[in-house]
Amino acid sequence: MANSSSTDVKVLGAWPSPFVIRVRIALNIKSVKYEFLEETLGSKSQLLLQSNPVYKKIPVLIHGGKSISESLIIVQYIDEVWNSGPSILHSDPYDRAIERFWAAYVDDKLFPSMKLINTAQGEEKAAIVEQAIEGLVLLEEAFQKSSKGKAFFGGDRIGFLDIAFGSMLGWLRAIEKMGGVKLLDEAKTPGLVQWAECFCADGAVKGIIPDTEKLVEFAKILVKMKGAPLGKN
Amino acid sequence: MAEEVVLLDFWVSMFGMRVRVALAEKGIKYEYREEDLRNKSDLLLQMNPVHKKIPVLIHNGKPICESLIIVQYIDEVWNDKSPLLPSDPYKRAQARFWADFVDKKVYESGRKLWTTKGEEHGAAKKEFLEILKTLEEELGEKPYFGGETFGFVDVAFVTFYSWFNAFETFGEFSMEAEHPKIIAWAKRCMQKESVAKTLPDQQKVYEFVLGMRKRFLGE
Repeated sequence: MANSSSTDVKVLGAWPSPFVIRVRIALNIKSVKYEFLEETLGSKSQLLLQSNPVYKKIPVLIHGGKSISESLIIVQYIDEVWNSGPSILHSDPYDRAIERFWAAYVDDKLFPSMKLINTAQGEEKAAIVEQAIEGLVLLEEAFQKSSKGKAFFGGDRIGFLDIAFGSMLGWLRAIEKMGGVKLLDEAKTPGLVQWAECFCADGAVKGIIPDTEKLVEFAKILVKMKGAPLGKN
Repeated sequence: MAEEVVLLDFWVSMFGMRVRVALAEKGIKYEYREEDLRNKSDLLLQMNPVHKKIPVLIHNGKPICESLIIVQYIDEVWNDKSPLLPSDPYKRAQARFWADFVDKKVYESGRKLWTTKGEEHGAAKKEFLEILKTLEEELGEKPYFGGETFGFVDVAFVTFYSWFNAFETFGEFSMEAEHPKIIAWAKRCMQKESVAKTLPDQQKVYEFVLGMRKRFLGE
C-alpha cells in the first residue's frame, strides 16, 4: 500500500501519554503521514467516545475511517499494514513471543510500579523503588539477550520492545526527578543506560518524547486535578 | 526434526485451557505436565522465572509464557491448518482487542463473584453482567467471535465456560436467563472436539472453586 494521504490516518492522543508516543514512533518508522488530534485534558471528544466506546481512552488510530485501540495492538497493526517499510516486530515467531512478553511486562508490572513511586512515602517508597529497579534489571537481562551486542532490543533498528519500553523514558526521567531516585544507572543497568540514549536520538523518536521538565510540570497539574500525578487518561 | 512440545499447566486454569484448545485445533502432540501450584516444580520456576505461573509452553526446550502470547505463537508456527487469527490486519487488530478485553475484564470480575460478600458482591455481580453484555453485543449474530469460523477470541473466552456454573452459583444469577446468546455460542463451541475434550466438567470446577472460596473467606 503506497503512502496514504494524511487525512486517511488520524491519531487521537495527548502529548504526555507514553501510549500515544508508541503509536507516533511506529508511524514515523513507516514514514506514514498522519493528522494528530490532541484531546483536551479533563474532557473526551465525541470522536474519541465514538471510536473507542469500550474504554474511551487514547491512543486511537483511525485509518480510512476504521478505529483501532490499545497501543500495542495499534503498533502491531501499523507493522502489518505498512509492510513495505522497515519491520517493527521480529520475523521469527519465538523472538516475537519474547518481545510481546516483555512489552506486556512493561505495561502490567513496570509502568504501574513506576507510577506508585510518586505517591509513596518513606519505607513503602523504598520498597516500591526497589521493586521497580528489580524489574529494570530483568529488562537489562532481556536487552543483553535480545540485542546480541547491537544498539536496540530489535537489533540494528528500533523494534517492538524498543517502542513499548522506550515510550516510557520521558516519564521514567520525570519520576526520577520528582521522586529524587535513580532508576536506570550505570551499575545495575548499563546496557539500558546506553540504549536509552540511542533510542531517544533515533530519527523516528526525536521530538516525540517530551522534555522531563514539561512532564514534571504536567504531573503537578494532574495532582491538582485528580489528586494523583499519574492517573491513566 | 522431531518437535518436542511440553505444556506446564493446571487442570482448572482457563488460561491453560486456551493453550490446550489451540494445540488440539492444530493437531499437535505434546506432553502435558500438571503443576501443583502450592509446590511449583523446578522446571516451572526455571522456565517462567519472571511470573512463576502456568501455562508455559516449552517448544524444543525454549519456553513461551502468557496464554494469549502462547496461542499466537502456536498459530504462527503451526500455520498449515486451522488458522486462529484472521489474515486481514484490521480484523487481526479487532481479534487481539477483544481477546485482550477478555483478559483484562472477565477473570478479575469473575473472581470477585466468589471472593466477596454483601455490598461488594452486589457491585461485582453488576460489573460481571455488564462485561458479558459487552461481549454478547460484540458477538452479535455471528456464530463465533471469529465470524464464520472458530478463532482467537473464541479460544480466549470459551475456556471460561467451564467456570460458568461456579460464576452462576456464587454470583446468584442464571447465565441462560441473563445472556442466552453467550450460552448458545459456548454450546456451539463445545461441538468442536478441541473444546469438548479440553474443558473440564463444570461440576468439578465448581467444587474446586468452592474449596478455594472456603479457604479465601476463612470459612
